Amino acid sequence: MNFETIIGLEVHVELKTNSKIFCSCSNAFGAEPNSNTCPVCLGHPGVLPVLNREAVNFAVKAAMALNCEIAEETKFDRKNYFYPDNPKAYQISQFDQPIGENGWIDIHVNGQSKRIGITRLHLEEDAGKLTHMEEDGYSLVDYNRVGTPLVEIVSEPDIESPEEAYAYLEKLKAIMQYTEVSDCKMEEGSLRCDANISLRPKDTEPFGTKTELKNLNSFTHVQKGLAHEEERQAEVLNEGGEILQETRRWDEGLKKTILMRVKEGSDDYRYFPDPDLVKLNIDEAWKESIRKQIPELPDARQKRYIETHGLPAYDAEVITKQKAMSDFFEEVLAEGGPAKQAANWLMGEVNAYLNQHELEMQDVPLTPKALADMINMIEKGTISSKIAKQVFKELIENGGDPETVVKEKGLVQISDDAAIRAMVNDALDQNPQSVEDYQNGKDKAIGFLVGQVMKASRGKANPQMVNELLTEEIKKR
Amino acid sequence: MSRITKEQIEHVAHLARLSFTDEELNEFTDTLGQIIEFAEQLNEVDTDGVEPTSHATEVHNVLREDETKPSPARENSMRNAPDQENGQYKVPSVLE
Amino acid sequence: MIDQSIKTMKEKLASGDITVRQLVDASIERIEEVDGTVGAFLRLDKEGARLEADRLDMQLMDGKMTASAVLAGIPVGIKDNIVTKDITTTCASAILSNFDPIHNATVVNRLHEAGTVTIGKLNMDEFAMGSSNENSSFHVVKNPWNLAKVPGGSSGGSAAAVAAGEVPFTLGSDTGGSIRQPASYCGVTGLKPTYGRVSRFGLVAYASSLDQIGPITRSAEDSAYVMQAIAGHDAADSTSANVDVPDYTEKLYADVSGLKAAVPAEYLGDGIDEGVKSRVKEAIAVLEEQGIAWEEVSLPYSKYALPTYYILASSEASANLARFDGIRYGVRHESDNLIDTYKKSRSEGFGEEVKRRIMLGTFALSTGYYDAYYKKAQKVRTLIKQDFDKIFERFDLIIGPTAPTTAFGLGEELDDPLTMYANDILTIPVNLAGVPAISVPCGFSDSLPVGLQIIGKHFDEATVLQVANAYQQQTDFHTAKPDL
Repeated sequence: MNFETIIGLEVHVELKTNSKIFCSCSNAFGAEPNSNTCPVCLGHPGVLPVLNREAVNFAVKAAMALNCEIAEETKFDRKNYFYPDNPKAYQISQFDQPIGENGWIDIHVNGQSKRIGITRLHLEEDAGKLTHMEEDGYSLVDYNRVGTPLVEIVSEPDIESPEEAYAYLEKLKAIMQYTEVSDCKMEEGSLRCDANISLRPKDTEPFGTKTELKNLNSFTHVQKGLAHEEERQAEVLNEGGEILQETRRWDEGLKKTILMRVKEGSDDYRYFPDPDLVKLNIDEAWKESIRKQIPELPDARQKRYIETHGLPAYDAEVITKQKAMSDFFEEVLAEGGPAKQAANWLMGEVNAYLNQHELEMQDVPLTPKALADMINMIEKGTISSKIAKQVFKELIENGGDPETVVKEKGLVQISDDAAIRAMVNDALDQNPQSVEDYQNGKDKAIGFLVGQVMKASRGKANPQMVNELLTEEIKKR
Repeated sequence: MSRITKEQIEHVAHLARLSFTDEELNEFTDTLGQIIEFAEQLNEVDTDGVEPTSHATEVHNVLREDETKPSPARENSMRNAPDQENGQYKVPSVLE
Repeated sequence: MIDQSIKTMKEKLASGDITVRQLVDASIERIEEVDGTVGAFLRLDKEGARLEADRLDMQLMDGKMTASAVLAGIPVGIKDNIVTKDITTTCASAILSNFDPIHNATVVNRLHEAGTVTIGKLNMDEFAMGSSNENSSFHVVKNPWNLAKVPGGSSGGSAAAVAAGEVPFTLGSDTGGSIRQPASYCGVTGLKPTYGRVSRFGLVAYASSLDQIGPITRSAEDSAYVMQAIAGHDAADSTSANVDVPDYTEKLYADVSGLKAAVPAEYLGDGIDEGVKSRVKEAIAVLEEQGIAWEEVSLPYSKYALPTYYILASSEASANLARFDGIRYGVRHESDNLIDTYKKSRSEGFGEEVKRRIMLGTFALSTGYYDAYYKKAQKVRTLIKQDFDKIFERFDLIIGPTAPTTAFGLGEELDDPLTMYANDILTIPVNLAGVPAISVPCGFSDSLPVGLQIIGKHFDEATVLQVANAYQQQTDFHTAKPDL
C-alpha cells in the first residue's frame, strides 16, 4: 500500500533575555549547578511571579517573524504535573490564548517551495535539569534552567517528509537567529524538538495513529528518526498491524527508533488561569514598536542577494541559512569584496573549516575585511589562488590581515618578467627530454615544465606568466 | 446518590500524588460526593453570557524590566533541602 | 502595659515613660502566663525580640527613629503562613514543620521598617484551611472567652492572642473569612483589606485570587495604624494594586453622618442565630444615631457564594499546594522510587481537611469536569461581584453580622465539613467580590462575643475604619477582656 506521511513538529526555543521570565536570577547558560536560583524560581512557599517585559517582546518578535497573528489579549495558565525538574509542580504556560497563532514559513526542498503552517507560538517557563544516576537509583536536580523564558512553536500537520522536517527546522532556526531572540544551540538545549509522525493510506481523510519522537539531539537525528519511523510504520501497517500511540527515541548507535513508553489516554494537566499573574494586553503601539525591530529575514536577504548581487539561487540560500554567515557576507561586501567570490569562499573553504572543527562563524578570528582584502589580492594577481589557500589558513586560524601574512611569509606572487624567464630557462636546461618531447609534438610536456617552474618558485610565480614565457622560450630552442 | 465513584477518587488521588487506605478512600468517596452534590446547586444559576472571573483584579500588563539581581548563596537556598549532593538536589530514582 | 492602644504606647515610648524592652518583656510574660492554656502561639523568638527591642530603644534614645516608623516599638505576632526569614514557618502543617525561610514576606519587611518587634508565629488551621483552628497539625487554640469553644479560623491564633492580651496586634490572612470570623468569635477587630491592597508576597498561598493579609487588633484605631504600615503597592506581587494609600489615622475621626449603609436581607435571615441578629440590629441603631442612614437590600447571588468559593479556592489550592513534595524543602518520607516518595510525603505531611480540599480542587479542574465545576463557579463569581457593584452604586457601606453564630464548641463540627463550611457564609461573598471588610465586637450572646461586619467599596478601607471607629467611640465592647 502507498502511504502519505504526516509530520508535526513541536519546537522549544529558549529566549536569551538577561534575567529569567518571572524572577531576577541570571538567565546565563553554564553556571555552577543551582547558583542561579532564588526563592521565586525554586518555588519556595509564598513567592510570586512577575513577568519579564523582554520575554514578551522576544516572544512577540518571534511570532511576528513567523507571520503569526498576535493576540490582543493574552494570559498565563498553570499546567499541573509532578516532576522533580518542575519546582512548583505546575509550569506557567499559555493554554487557550497563545501570544501568536496562524503563522507560516516557506521552505525549499528539491527545488520546490512549500508553505508550512504554524498553529501557535506561546510563552512559558523552562524546567530544571535532571541527571539520572541510574545505577545508584537516584537523580540529581539543577534548577538553574528553571524560569528561562521559552517559546513553544507548534507546526500544522503540513510536513510530509523527513526532508521537509529538516528544512522546516533549518528555516525556523534561521528566523530565530535573525530576530536575535535565541542562540538556538541544540547542544546547549536552547533549541529542542519533539516530532510526531503518522501514516495514512494515500488519498484518505483520517489521520493515522501517531507516534512521538523525543530526545532528538540534532536536526539530522530528527530527519533520520522520522525516516526510520516512516519505514517502520509502513512495515507494520503493510503487515496488517496497528500503530500504538507511543513515545520513541532515536538511537544513533543502533540507527533506529526505540520505544520509551506507550501512552495511556491523554495527560490531564488541569490547566487553569494563573491567579498570581494578571492579563496581558498587547496593543497596536506595542506591536508596532516590536515590528520595527524585526530585521531583514532570510527569505528577503536571499532575494536581495540574487537580484542585487547576482548570486545564484543556491548560493543565496546557503549563505543566508546562518545569520552569522550572512552577516559576515554582508560585511565582506561592505569591505569591497566581490559577491560571487565571497560566496564561493564562504560556502567552500570557510564552511569546510567550520564543519571540520565544529565551530561557528563567530568562533574564528577571520574578519570580513581580511577575507575581502584577500579576494581582492587574488583578483589583482598579487597572490595566486593556490597561495591564497595558505593565506586563508593563517587568517582563519590566527587572524591578522592578508597583506601582512603574505609579506611575513614571503608569499607575494612573482610577476617579474626577467625573474620568471630565468627560472623558465633553468627548467628547460634541466629537462632536455621534455624539450625534445615538446618539439616532437607532445604538447603535454609543457604542463610538466610549468610544474617544475612553480615548484622552483615555491608556488609564488604567476602561473599565467610562467605559461606564456615557457611557450616563448621553448620555441627558441 | 453518590456523584463520584471510588475509581474516580483513586484517579484524582493519583493526579494529586496522594495515597489513601481503602477505608479512607471510602470515606472520601462519601464526603467528596456530598460536597460535589452541594456544589451542583450552581447549576440552578443561569450563567449564559456571563464572563468568568479568572483574575481578582482588573489590573493588567504588570511587567518588570529585564534586569538581573544576584541570586542568594546556594548554601542558603539549599539549606532546606531534605537531601543533596554536590550542590544539587538529590531525589529518588524517577524510574518507576 | 500592652493593653493600651497603639497610639498611647507610641506616646509613652516617645516620652520615655516606657521602653520597647518593657513592652516586649510584658508581652512575653503574658504569653508565658496564659498561652499554655490558649495555645495561640506556635513558637516564640524571645531572644530575637529582646535584641530587636534593645536596638530600637537605642534608636529611640538617639532620636534616630524615622517618621515612617509608625509602629516603632510595638510587639507583633505573625500568622504562621507569612514567611519570616530565619524564623521557622510551618503553616501549622507537619509537611513544613522544619521549614526555615530564607526571605521575609513584604509585610514583614514593612512592619520591620515601621519599627515593630516580632514576638513569634501564630497558630492557625493548616494552610489556612478551616474555620475553627482545629486543623492545626500541632495543637488546638482555645477561645479566651470560653476555653471549651473554638477561636474560629483559620487565623484563630492571631485572634486569640489579641483577645488574651498577649500582643497588641497580629497579622492574619483572610481567604473566605479567616480574619473576620475568628475576630468575631474572639471579640477583637479584624480587617480584611481590598484584594490587592496589601502585598501577598510571602504569604503562603491557599487561594491566590482570594487571599489577603490584614491586621487583627483591639480597635479600629489600632487597625488604621497597622494598615498605614503594611498597605501599598509592591512590585513583587503582580496582583498588588498601584493605588494611593490614604492617611488612615488622619481620616479616622472624620464625620460619618450622611453615609449610606445597605443591610442585606440575606444577612439577617434564616440560619442566623437570634442572639447575633439582636446584637447586630442594636449596632445598626448605634450607627443610625451617628447619622448613617440604612436601607434593606438584597444580595441575591450570595446564597451561591459557599459552593462557588469551595470550588474556586480548592482548585487554586490543589495547584498552590502541589509544590509541597519533599524535594526542595519540607519533610520527605522517602520511598525507593519517586512517585511513592511524593505520595508518602504528601499523604503523611498533610492533614485531612487539606487533603480533602486538594482532592476537591483536583477533581474540579480535571478533564471533563472543568467546565461544569471550575468555569461555572468562575461565572457565578462574576454575578456575586456584580451584586456588590450594584449596591455600591447607591451605598457607601454594607452592614451585617460577621458570622451566623458565636463560637461553637471544640470538636462540635469537626466531622461535618459542610456544616463547618457554613460558618463562613457571610464572609465568603466579600472575598469573592474582592472588597474590604472589618469585623468589630458588637456585644455578647450567651457570654460569647458577636461580630459586626462593615463592608466597603474597593480600596475604601478608610471609610470602613472610620465607621468602625465611630462605632467604637460609642461602645466599649472592644475594650472588654476575658477572664484568663
